[in-house]
Amino acid sequence: MNILRTTSKKPLLRGLFFLVLVLLTSSPLYVPPYTVILLTSIFMYIVITMSWAMFSGPTGYISLAPAAFFGVGIYTAAVLGTVLPLPVVICMGGLASFCLALPIGALTLRLKGIYFVMFTFGLVELIKRLLLWLEINITHTRGRLVIGVDYNTVYYVMLGIFVVTLLTAYSIRRSKYGLALQSIGEDEEAAAHTGIHITGLKTIVFAISSVFIGATGAIMATRWTYIDPFIAFNPLFSFMPVLMAIFGGMGRLYGPILGAAIFTYLEEVLITRFPYHYMLIFGIILVAVIVYLPDGLVGWAQKWHKGDGADQHANPCP
Amino acid sequence: MIVRILDVIIAGLLLGGIYALIAVGLSLQYGVARVLNISHGEFIMLGAFVTWGLYEGFGVNPLVSLVICGPIVLIIGFLLYRTVFTRLRKSSESLAVFEGRSMLAAFGLLFIIQNSALLVWGASIRGYAYLNFSVNFGGAVFAANRLVTLFFAVVIGLVFYLFLVHTRMGKAIRAAAQDPAAAGLMGVNISRVLALCFGFGALMAGFAGSLMSMCYTIQPTMGLEYTVVALIVVVLGGLGSIPGSFIGGFLLGLIGSIVSYWQPGLSLIAYYVLFVVLLLVKPTGIMGK
Repeated sequence: MNILRTTSKKPLLRGLFFLVLVLLTSSPLYVPPYTVILLTSIFMYIVITMSWAMFSGPTGYISLAPAAFFGVGIYTAAVLGTVLPLPVVICMGGLASFCLALPIGALTLRLKGIYFVMFTFGLVELIKRLLLWLEINITHTRGRLVIGVDYNTVYYVMLGIFVVTLLTAYSIRRSKYGLALQSIGEDEEAAAHTGIHITGLKTIVFAISSVFIGATGAIMATRWTYIDPFIAFNPLFSFMPVLMAIFGGMGRLYGPILGAAIFTYLEEVLITRFPYHYMLIFGIILVAVIVYLPDGLVGWAQKWHKGDGADQHANPCP
Repeated sequence: MIVRILDVIIAGLLLGGIYALIAVGLSLQYGVARVLNISHGEFIMLGAFVTWGLYEGFGVNPLVSLVICGPIVLIIGFLLYRTVFTRLRKSSESLAVFEGRSMLAAFGLLFIIQNSALLVWGASIRGYAYLNFSVNFGGAVFAANRLVTLFFAVVIGLVFYLFLVHTRMGKAIRAAAQDPAAAGLMGVNISRVLALCFGFGALMAGFAGSLMSMCYTIQPTMGLEYTVVALIVVVLGGLGSIPGSFIGGFLLGLIGSIVSYWQPGLSLIAYYVLFVVLLLVKPTGIMGK
C-alpha cells in the first residue's frame, strides 16, 4: 500500500519542485527588491544548513566548522574579487573550502565525536586570530573592501548554488555512499567490518559538503562590502546551521530546508521588530527548540501521525 | 638573562593559575555532568562584571566580591542544570545524543548571558585599578594584583581538590564521574550531584572572572576566547581529570608566556597548534587513561 502511494506521488512531487523553481527564478521580475534580498538570505542559510546536514546528519559527527568554510569563501572573494570574474571567484571560494576541509577531515575524523566538536569549534577561532595577526602585521590593515554586485545577480547565484546543493545532497543520500554514511552513524566499527573505508568516506563527504558553504561565502561577501576577520569568521555561522537542521529535523531531505527557511524569516522579523533584543530572544528560542523540539519539525510531524508512513525510510539521526 | 627567564616563567605561572581555574570548571562540567559547556566563558564574564560593578558602585574589595560572586554563579549554574539539562538528559536516547544537544543548549545560553550583559553594561571595555603596585621578585618585577590572583587560584584549586577527596559530597561526585548508573544504585542522588557539578563548574568560572577583573580589562564579549582556552587545557590535561586540568593550565600558561615574549599576539595560535598536535598524538591528555 505504502509503496504504491509513494510511487504514485513521485511525478507529482517532481512537478511541484519544478513549478516552485520556475516561480523562484522569475520572482525578481514581480516581487519587491526587499523580498529578493530576504529570499537570498533564506537560500544562504538553506545551503549552509543542507551542506552541514549532508555530512553531520547521517554520521552524527557535529561539525562546528561551517563558519570557517564560510569565512574562507568570504576572504577568497575579498582577495580575488578585484582580479577575477565573479563565476571564477565563486568556484575558487568553493575550492578553497575544499582544500581546507580535506586535511581537517583527514586529521580529525579519526577522533571520537566530542574531540571533533572541540577541534572544529576552536578552528574558527584560530583562523580568525591568525588572519587578524597576519592582516595587522603584514598588510597593516584590519579589514578589506569587497566589490559589490547587483542584488538580482546575488539572488540568481544563490539560487544556482541551492539547486546544485540539493541535487548533490539527493544523490549522495540515494547512492551507496549515503547508505555507508548512515551505517557509520549507527555503528562505526560494524561499518568498518563490512568493508567501508570509514575515514576516507567521512573525509571526502566532509570536504564535498564544505564546497557549497565556501561558494556561498564568496557570493554573500559582495553584499557586505566591508569585511574583517571578526565579521567573516563569526561562530554564529557554525551554530545556526546546526540549530536550523535540528529544528527542521534531519530524517528527511526537506527537514533542513524547512528549518532554515523558517528560522531565517524569524530572524528577519526579530531584527526589524526588536533591533536591540533580538540576539537575546534568539538565544531563548535556541534553548527552547533544543529542549522542546529535539527531533525537529519532521520528527514531531512523524510522531503526530505515527504508523502512517513514518517508517518507510530509516530515520538516520536520533 | 636569568632575570629574563625568571620573568617569563613567573608570568607564565601567573597566567597559568587563571587557566587552571577555568579548566577545572569546564572539566567538572564535561567530565561529570557531560555538558560541553560552550557558555563557560560567559560565567567568567559574569564574575568579572559583578566584581567590577561592586567595586565601582559600592567600593567593595574585589577579594570580598569572591564570596559574593561565587554563590551567585553557583546558584545560576545549579538552576540551569536543574531546568534545562536535566530535561535534555531525560529526553535523549543516548549519552552521545545528550552531549550534542546539551552543547547546543549551552550555545543558546551563551547568547542569552552575553546579550543580557551587553544590555546591562554596554559594549565598552571596563577595568579598575586594585593593588596596582609592583613587587620585585629576584630582579623580575610584577604587579601585586597578579600575585594575589595566582595565590587565590592555587588556594581555591587546592580547597576544591580536598573537598573532592575527603568529603561525602566529593566522593559522590567522583562516583558519578566514574559510573552514574552504579553511583545511583549506591544511593547517590544523581540528578542533584550532576546539577551541583555544573554549579561548581560555574563557580570556578565565576572565581576566575573575579580574579581576572583585577588584572585585565573586561568586556561582555570576552567569554569565547576563554572558553577556547579552557577546552584546550582540558584536552591537554585529560578529559575529566582535575589534577590534569591544573597541570595543563600551568603548562599552557608557561607556553603562552614564552610565545608572547617572542611574538605577542601569537599565544592563542600557539595553544591551538599544541591542541592539534595533542589530538593527533595523545588525545587522552597528560593524565588521561
